[in-house]
Formats: sequence, C-alpha cells, structure tokens
Amino acid sequence: MKDLPINAWLRPDGRKGIRDAIVVVYLVECAHHVARRIVDRIDDPRVQLIGFPGCYPNDYALAMMKALTTHPNVGGVVLMSLGCESFNREALASNANAHGRPVETVVIQQAGGTGPAIAAGIAAVERVRAEADARAMRVPMAISELVIGTICGGSDGTSGITGNPAVGRAFDTLIDAGATCVFEETGEMIGCEGHMASRAATPEIATALIASVQKAEAYYRAMGYGSFSPGNAEGGLSSQEEKSAGAYAKSGSRLINGVIDPAQPVPGPGLYLLDVVPPGDPKFGFPNIVDNAEIGELVASGAHINLFVTGRGSVVGSAISPVVKICANPDTYRRMADDMDVDAGRILEGRGTLDEVGEEIVDLIAAVAGGAQTKSEALGHCEFILTYKASTPSRPLVCA
Amino acid sequence: MTAAAIRLSPIDNVAVCCRRLTPGETITVEGYGLTVTEPVDLGHKVAVVPLKAGDKILKYGMPIGSATRDVPAGGWVHIHNMQSDYISVHTRDATGAVE
Repeated sequence: MKDLPINAWLRPDGRKGIRDAIVVVYLVECAHHVARRIVDRIDDPRVQLIGFPGCYPNDYALAMMKALTTHPNVGGVVLMSLGCESFNREALASNANAHGRPVETVVIQQAGGTGPAIAAGIAAVERVRAEADARAMRVPMAISELVIGTICGGSDGTSGITGNPAVGRAFDTLIDAGATCVFEETGEMIGCEGHMASRAATPEIATALIASVQKAEAYYRAMGYGSFSPGNAEGGLSSQEEKSAGAYAKSGSRLINGVIDPAQPVPGPGLYLLDVVPPGDPKFGFPNIVDNAEIGELVASGAHINLFVTGRGSVVGSAISPVVKICANPDTYRRMADDMDVDAGRILEGRGTLDEVGEEIVDLIAAVAGGAQTKSEALGHCEFILTYKASTPSRPLVCA
Repeated sequence: MTAAAIRLSPIDNVAVCCRRLTPGETITVEGYGLTVTEPVDLGHKVAVVPLKAGDKILKYGMPIGSATRDVPAGGWVHIHNMQSDYISVHTRDATGAVE
C-alpha cells in the first residue's frame, strides 16, 4: 500500500476532508427548483445540491442534515427555505456555524419569490465559496485518517464472489493500516449474525450485532419483503445465508469494533456496522428506499469515500463523498466500462486474484483521496436522497 | 489460464465455478484434483471434498447450510442436495393459488 500524504482540508473541529464541497440545501420540495437552478447556474462541480422534501418535521432528517453539512468534505453551506416548512433551518445553520462553516440562508418568501431567490442564492453561494477558500487550511492526511464506507447494489451472482470479497480484502488492509471502515444493510446479513458476533471486539458488541439483525428480520417480515427469489437460485445461490454471506463478504475478516446508528459519527478507527433499520414497527416505509439513501447515511457517518460493488451495473455517484464503483461482472464491465472504476469480474476470467483486486481498490482509494476523480465524479454524478425515518432514541454508542 | 473454480476461504468445502463445468473434465482447485461428475454452471458450487449428508457447507469460511445427501468431490452442490440451516421467515406461501 502506498501511503502517500493526502493534501487535505483541516476543519475547525479537527476532522480532515478530501474534498471541499459547497452544499446548497433545499429544506422542502417547494424550494427544490430554486436550489437546483442556483446550482445549475453556478456550474461548479464543487457546488452540490442536497435536500429533504418533506414539510413535516423529522428528527432523523434534521440529524442527518446536521451531520452532512458539517462533514469534513464540506467547506460551506447555503440553505434554501421556502419559509413556511417545518424544517428547523435556524438549528441547522447554527450547528454548521458552530463547526466553523460559512453559512447563509435564503428564504424564498422573504426574498420575493423565485427570481429574486435564485439571484440571492447565487450571490450567497459566491460569498460562501470565497469565505470557505479564505478559511481553508491545507494539511497532510494519512490513509489511517480515512473513513471508508461500502455498499452493494444492482447485485447479481458475481457480486458475492468477486467484488464483495475484494472489498473485504481492501477493508482488511485499510483497518490494519489504522483506517476506519463502515459496512451496513443489516437486512442482507440475516443468517450471518452468528459469524458476525464471533468477530465482535466485546460481548456487548456481539449482543448489539445480533440484535440489529433480529430487528432487521422483524422489520422486513412486517414489510412483506421476500429476500430470496427464484433468480437467486438460478444464479447459483442455494440458501438465504449464502445470499447474505455474499453481501457480508464486503466487511472483510477483522474484528468488529462497534455498531453505529444513522447520523451518528463513526468513532473509529477499526470496523463498524451501520445499523440502518429503525426501531419498532415500520413507520415510514423501507429503511432505505434506494442505494443513494444508504450512501447518504454512510456519508453522514463520516465516510470520505464509498466503495460500491455492482454486478448488474449501477451508474450512481454521490454528493459530498466520491463513489468508487467496483464491477463484479466481467460482461457488465465490458458494456459499461466508462462508469466503472474497478474491473473485479476479471477474477472470474483468470486475469487477477482477490488479493490483487483488493490492492487495486486500496491504491485507488489513496489516489481518490489525493484528488483523482472517480468515474462517477467525472461524469457529473452527484445523486442525493433523504426521506423520512424513525430515529433510534438516544442509544448509547456501542463500541470497543 | 482461466481458473475453472475458485475457493473463497481456505476452510471451504465448495468452490465457485468461473465457467460452466462439463461432466468428466478434470480440474484443479488449490491443489485438489477433481473429476466433475455433472454439469455445473458459472456462479454455482462444486464440492472440493466428498460431502456426507448433514455436513455443513462452508463458503466464505462460514456455513451456508447443510448437505441433505452425500455429494462426491466434483459434484454440484445446490438446493437438491443442501438446505438452509436458517429457519427462514421469508419463505413464500407454498399453498398459494394455482396460476
């Protein structure tokens, strides 16, 4: 592993970022168009659109937005409010301010409607961007200071045998180097809870890991979710736990140091499970409706970079933290090479080993942390979605 | 040369096929010489040692179910000769309406 120093941004709270995004945040769907127009007119890849569509308040959404607007990859914040929505824009602004980020808020109803709000928003972004540059402190950063998240989506029969275990090898290397790694989606760990518990750093963590999978099982059962399809069997999968093991392989083999909840910063270093399933009966629907909702939660926990394993061929990126796409299927890679950062499916064709692909992923992480664009960044992908979820009420941090 | 099958963990008793295997061909998986006894497709599992009914099937270094009958080395391991050890709550209603 090449541990080249990364030229990072040091934030006033001591965290280090590998990007310096200015986020334009719509606080209700009614402000979405105005916010999007501002970002389009500015046309700077660094200025990125995120937001929350609902008018009703949600503690989870506020906690997520507080975490995202103070993410180490974020240098400044512009809030776009219609004016009558429930979102606590004052709390969000003061939180970002307290973390040393320049913040401006534009209220469309006060600005005089769409046209004036767009003009005011553009001016606000320009001031915030200049202020972020004035406050920027560039410092060296080591691989050991990185937080790396992983998810899989658009999975097929190859994901669990090439891309996911290759990410597991990369996680092992990163954790041995002192970095922090996060895996998630407890619904796809049903059947792996016993093995996962055997990797827990403490008995308390083992209990929390098992409880998180049991909660996911109950939640998905209530949602009527069937997780083993005839197509899985056609692709060679023979049991629920085999399917789960494919997803679980992303976590590698090291000790699991803790369980965190959405919007909870990962304490690090080491390996953590992000428990994405809310407590109690299903309230607002599926825990995460789509891959980018999961990526958003990894980012909110502090991920600088996300490793995304896909077999069928997802194309997405993310606001705030780059997405490295690892293609598990060699046929998909040939068809969609411009979207894929890593050809993990080559393992199936004898053109590489799991260890080699794992090393390539680690080297790519170092390059991306140093400023190299991922394929999704180069293509302008900047997806973001945040929807309602029940909060986990003040659970103490479970970690070693 | 393309490997015919890969074993994902050193304790696994099955390997995953990298291409379709045909009956009678001889393959080597990390030192285990196997004669394939039946067709096994890409992504499916082949036994690297003889399996007895009741043996845990190990893939990724973890049990993914148990053999329900004996399987020779080089045999296809799938839902006809193994089953989940997990009491699935996600099974479909097998008494559903005829389509």
